[in-house]
Amino acid sequence: MTALHPDQTIIAAWIRSGSRVLDLGCGDGRLLAALQREQGASGYGIEIDPENIVRCITNGVNVVQSNLDDGLADFDDNSFDYVIMTQTLQAVRYPHHLLHEMLRIGREGIVTFPNMGHWKCRAQIAFGRMPVTQHLPDTWYNTSNIHICTIKDFEDFCDHENIEILQGTAVDAQHRGGTAMRLMPNLFGEIALYRFRRRP
Amino acid sequence: MTMPDQIPANSVGVVSSSKLHFRDPLDLDCGVTLQEYDLVYECYGELNAERSNAVLICHALSGDHHAAGYNSVDEAKPGWWDNCIGPGKPIDTNIYFVVSSNNLGGCAGSTGPLSINPSVGTAYGPDFPIVTVRDWVESQSRLADALGVTRWAAVMGGSLGGMQALQWAIDYPDRVAHSIVIAAASKLSTQNIAFNEVARQAIRYDTSFHEGHYLDHDVVPERGLMLARMLGHITYLSDDGLHAKFGRELRDGKLNFGYDVEFQIESYLRHQGQAFVGRFDANSYLLMTKSLDYFDPAAQFNDDLTATLKRCTAQFLVVSFTSDWRFPPTKSRELVRALLDADKDVSYIDVDSEQGHDSFLLEFPAYHDVLHSYFARIAREIDQ
Repeated sequence: MTALHPDQTIIAAWIRSGSRVLDLGCGDGRLLAALQREQGASGYGIEIDPENIVRCITNGVNVVQSNLDDGLADFDDNSFDYVIMTQTLQAVRYPHHLLHEMLRIGREGIVTFPNMGHWKCRAQIAFGRMPVTQHLPDTWYNTSNIHICTIKDFEDFCDHENIEILQGTAVDAQHRGGTAMRLMPNLFGEIALYRFRRRP
Repeated sequence: MTMPDQIPANSVGVVSSSKLHFRDPLDLDCGVTLQEYDLVYECYGELNAERSNAVLICHALSGDHHAAGYNSVDEAKPGWWDNCIGPGKPIDTNIYFVVSSNNLGGCAGSTGPLSINPSVGTAYGPDFPIVTVRDWVESQSRLADALGVTRWAAVMGGSLGGMQALQWAIDYPDRVAHSIVIAAASKLSTQNIAFNEVARQAIRYDTSFHEGHYLDHDVVPERGLMLARMLGHITYLSDDGLHAKFGRELRDGKLNFGYDVEFQIESYLRHQGQAFVGRFDANSYLLMTKSLDYFDPAAQFNDDLTATLKRCTAQFLVVSFTSDWRFPPTKSRELVRALLDADKDVSYIDVDSEQGHDSFLLEFPAYHDVLHSYFARIAREIDQ
């Protein structure tokens, strides 16, 4: 049994038991496996990497090979309680389409992403460099993270697109919360986590 | 050489086939009733006390029941899916009891066009009724009964065999725990039917065909069957795969400005065609291509594949291959989409391969790792 990533542990606590879950970019399927095992959830993972797909199968998770950039036409409207995407939003071709697709398919969406507004990123930009951090480890020319944003950017986007944020938090590199992160998440949060839905 | 030197440790070894005679009349989709029939099959591994470890292997168009091991120490090549079935292989015979039967209408021992029609005392030939995938499933369900298998841990097949694995899950929801559908489709594409029709015409227009009564004339429609197989072979491979294997290589190293074999690919195709003539019956081939064309389980359910699949309780593994253009990944995706719509447990992978449709018969890590992990998961379920 593989331990959850810290952001996944936080998310797992947000999810009601017995839910139907779609996990976009599910990796080795550990989040779905834990949700199935401990919270009676069911659902599917979407993954592109063949080696991860084999790991998902081993972990007893339904996994469908698909490229998120090709969209989610295989899934019906409102067919899941949650559509989750951890640490993947910044790597997809059309994040805005995908966020809307998540809310077409699921009643609620959950995303986590590295916060470009973190002070370490700001400091590097201030010195004239593209940020390279633990969560954005690659350089500008070889990074798969092509759509990076800040906490403020994401919240503005949601506001503009009629998306209601139900829950949001920020954590540091060790995935700990704290007073600084509560007061100034965009400056001190390294990872942003959001649960959201279409504004009723 | 003695046997242990010849037969690898991870082989099921020397195996022999069995034959069962069934006297319960079988009502076929075409309206004809087979009063009695034989099914020939092979088994590998042991059925456990709970009878929970049985796996059914379904063969493709030109396959048969000899899926693994050797029928004798002199046999040059093992069964057609030997790389998949055996101790330590994906379908581990230390864990699973594997059954592989020859389909009705075939020519490897189960009742088919070469068998004697009991009502007239001569071979059926072209009068053997066209059997469908559903008919095969029905006949195999009786074989399962006879072997004491109430529920298959998995039914698995590639190509036409994958269609059969799907049909099993639809027709007998309570008897299939996992359906493994490889390089298949929920129905053939128009293009695929077109290829089958060309193959059939090649056979039927052979002057030795005699409306299917060629055995009465002591001949075989060799040319036609050979052409059918050559055409089939091209569609089972990819352009890249063919190029990698043969390129434009010349057999004699130079052009001869004639119509005899010049390019290596010509030599290869002729060899494949000729070898096939020696081992396959033309009437069986015609019949099998029809079974392929007719396969369309959703037709009974207003062409609604999702509704068709609702009744299934099996978990599905669907596998396609990137370079397969005879049963392209888009067709597997259609099936996956319907399974998702029907809220079924399904996993799907489009395996990267240059080898076209025939990939499903090959052994390579990207493919076999999937099968290994899936069967390991089934084994854990059986243990629970």
